[in-house]
Amino acid sequence: MAAIYSLFIVNKSGGLIFYKDYGSAGRMETNDSLRLASLWHSMHAISQQLSPTVGCNGIDLLQADTFDLHCFQSLTGTKFFVVCEPGAQHMEGLLKVIYELYTDYVLKNPFYEMEMPIRCELFDLNLSQAIQKDRVSLFGR
Amino acid sequence: MIGAGKIKQYANVLDKPLSRGRQEVSLSAFAFLFSELVQYNQTRVDNIAELERRLEDAGYAVGARVLELLCHREKGNRRETRLLGILSFVHSTVWKVLFGKVADSLEKGTEHEDEYMISEKELLVNRFISIPKDMGTFNCGAFVAGIVKVRMGYDLAVFHWLFVTSISSNWPKLNKLLFLEKGVLDGAGFPAVVTAHFVPVEGQHRPRTTILIKFAEEVLQREARLG
Repeated sequence: MAAIYSLFIVNKSGGLIFYKDYGSAGRMETNDSLRLASLWHSMHAISQQLSPTVGCNGIDLLQADTFDLHCFQSLTGTKFFVVCEPGAQHMEGLLKVIYELYTDYVLKNPFYEMEMPIRCELFDLNLSQAIQKDRVSLFGR
Repeated sequence: MIGAGKIKQYANVLDKPLSRGRQEVSLSAFAFLFSELVQYNQTRVDNIAELERRLEDAGYAVGARVLELLCHREKGNRRETRLLGILSFVHSTVWKVLFGKVADSLEKGTEHEDEYMISEKELLVNRFISIPKDMGTFNCGAFVAGIVKVRMGYDLAVFHWLFVTSISSNWPKLNKLLFLEKGVLDGAGFPAVVTAHFVPVEGQHRPRTTILIKFAEEVLQREARLG
């Protein structure tokens, strides 16, 4: 049983640069994941415009019957979002951790080209460790 | 005058005490700077060997200065003349100043007499760097190898030799010139070929980085002479 179903990272123009899925639920084709990512990007942008509150930063959490979608947008416009079990806790914290890993192992890597798909061994490695840790703490509770 | 009286004025710059230089530098700032250095060099090369060489050269410039500074600051203007002395100087003193810790290990090569290895589980410059698969065995540790390396003098001395022979056939003079050139360029006077390699470790995801030092023949001969 996995709390997190999948993780997406979307660049500032709406292109999917990283996708990983955990557990069997919600696994999708490459094309579907690309479509979903840009769809979310647009919805996020529209919600910012439509929101009645001033200075709204877009959707942070989308709650559905079968999943929750937590989104975190960095200052530069890169969006990180996880699809997880309904009611899963501490996802904001996890997204911050993932953002930190992104700044460390992706942005400081001289062989990474900005806005391009992420293919960094160290990022994958540290990410799976972070997710693992998150699961362990979940079971501990 | 702005700032006057705040800093003690020394009439002569040489009277000024040398700073201890123990300040820490932000790891992120260093990582970004190093990443830029690699990217800059990457746009100016055609192949990986060339990139490795350029990083090595950048490191060499750092190494020359570090040697100068540390000999003055840590060793009271004395330089190591023996092989093991200079190796442990690099392994402990230089490493500590550059990376804040002593290198993980210093070993003698098992296959060749003239080879020594400094190994590091996680080299600071490689901390955030993932090498793409198509770049094969490239290692950004080449920069550190350049710091350790003293080979440059060797190549340049040969170049100098060609140059001097073309203008003069006076051998004693030539030898003297060669000696001078090498004395300056080799820094500590231990010409060697230094390379950085990834060595896989069992039960670890990440390979460790080994800096392989292969000394020039003359160094070993001199060492034997010194007894």
